[in-house]
Amino acid sequence: MLKPTTYLTYSYDKPDGFRLAPYEAQGGYQSARKALAMAREAVVEEAKKAHVRGRGGAGFDCGTKWSFMPKESAKPHYLVINADEGEPGTFKDRTIMERNPHSLIEGCIIGCYAIGAHACYIYVRDELHLSKARLWGAIEEARAKGYLGKTPFGKAYPIEVYVHTGAGAYICGEETSLLNSLEGRRGEPRLKPPFPAQYGAFGCPSTVNNVETIAIMPTVFQMGGDAFSQLSALHSFNDGGSRLFGVSGHVKRPGVYEACVGLTLRELIFDLGGGITGDRKLLAVIPGGSSCPVMRPEETVNLPNDPRFVAFNGKSILDLPLGVDTFRGIGSMLGTCCAIVLSDAADPALAIHNLMRFYRHESCGQCTPCREGCGWIERILDKVVAGKATIEELNQIHEIASDITGNTICAFGDGAAQPALSFVRKFRKELEDYVLSGGASQTRTLVA
Amino acid sequence: MAFALSAESEKELQAILARYPNKMAACIPVLHLCQDANENYVSEDVIQFVADRLELSAAHVKGVVTFYTLFNQRKPGKHQVWVCRTLSCAMRGSDKILHHCEKRLGIHVGQTTPDGKITLRTAECLASCGTAPMMQVNKDYFENLTVEDVDRVLDRLLLDA
Repeated sequence: MLKPTTYLTYSYDKPDGFRLAPYEAQGGYQSARKALAMAREAVVEEAKKAHVRGRGGAGFDCGTKWSFMPKESAKPHYLVINADEGEPGTFKDRTIMERNPHSLIEGCIIGCYAIGAHACYIYVRDELHLSKARLWGAIEEARAKGYLGKTPFGKAYPIEVYVHTGAGAYICGEETSLLNSLEGRRGEPRLKPPFPAQYGAFGCPSTVNNVETIAIMPTVFQMGGDAFSQLSALHSFNDGGSRLFGVSGHVKRPGVYEACVGLTLRELIFDLGGGITGDRKLLAVIPGGSSCPVMRPEETVNLPNDPRFVAFNGKSILDLPLGVDTFRGIGSMLGTCCAIVLSDAADPALAIHNLMRFYRHESCGQCTPCREGCGWIERILDKVVAGKATIEELNQIHEIASDITGNTICAFGDGAAQPALSFVRKFRKELEDYVLSGGASQTRTLVA
Repeated sequence: MAFALSAESEKELQAILARYPNKMAACIPVLHLCQDANENYVSEDVIQFVADRLELSAAHVKGVVTFYTLFNQRKPGKHQVWVCRTLSCAMRGSDKILHHCEKRLGIHVGQTTPDGKITLRTAECLASCGTAPMMQVNKDYFENLTVEDVDRVLDRLLLDA
């Protein structure tokens, strides 16, 4: 169901929307003031009621994550914001940092208080220079007003927010790798357990949250957790509120749109995205960033044993509301909720070749299955697109990707294997035709 | 000659150190600061300087430098151009943009123009998929590119002495 909202995007088309004055004019920083007047446990409970599923890709409930932080500890606590946005197809967090940075800073105040932290690091990838400048600007403005510092809103609970920068590594979007990078090390993921809530940044209890997850918190505390959750058509799936949806690739109006959870892919592609470029046929859609398994529009929902899906069984996947559990149910992932749309002008062999080059380039090299496997798959796909591969080699992609899955320290391995596996499974005929005809069967281009 | 920071950059270094509970955490921001002050690359001198100031081993700092793509180990051109080529950009014509850059500058990806002005590189997803194709020039993004836009941007860079 398409219900557009403007909780985060109201400021996007205002030239000074990133400044403090317009943010305060619409009630900004009232939520942080309210939250700091509550007990810490009450803040976490309120956040739990909102059912904000992590917007970074894993979809873990934010309030629940906050509740994992120790109540008392001898060590300081840290809030770390993951702004290392780099998943292909994902470009929503950048819009928040550039055009509504105060929502993130206010969210950081609420988050710090909820987890018992006095310092927050926003880890922004280095390429986003404008985002960093806007965030530092917002921090300065908030500090000048006394919203950050020793006594935010007059309460003796010091909070400082800092912007930290990466240096070009997709893997640093993985939370433990991000923590290593924050500590000044190589950005290689750590084994879990221990989880960040026990042993995170600088060996202290830490929570890592996505930008959008935190930026929506002021809205949650303004509306009340329960009312916020009720906005969603998937409230019964514990998937609440509204969120940003991105759409890119072969659509007429690519961009970031804000709507209540419960939007379908059809609405995202055809209503918000304006339909397929050149009014061509929809070939496939990657629902939430490139690590999510690709879906074909012919696919239908078939989950007869799950009572939650009664209303959706038999329907096209294009009409299934975009939610963390709904898309997990059908064997894909919601991820960051930023869809990449492929029309029938796009050659699926080139698409997966492009993605596997990305994963080979970005594998940190710590675990052998991922480091070697991503390279092998890319090299086989090099041969496929050159028209020199064999059917046996197509089978090998399947084998190699299966051997990466579950055999690595972090989720990058699975994230790299999923696109390879799903493309080889769902475009088996196209890829076989491609191999047998040396590429003559396909468009051999990605551009519509 | 050993690497040193200007008085102004020294102040910035102290401000960076004040943000973290230990010195090691300042490693990446300080490397950026030094790279910017050292013609956009991290030389052996810079590595030693950062290691001394942050009380780390040079091996640790070198390990960090070699892990991240944005630390240059050799001197690049005065201006750096990155063309994004990941899926969303590729689907909206990044190949054409890249080939045009190569033709216009007379160099291949990864090379620097003979006068040392421009280094051309490809980048993986720069979080600008909705405004593809795009390229990054030094610290700025140029989005929704056409070939004419690319010409205008490159002309300006080439004119800059």
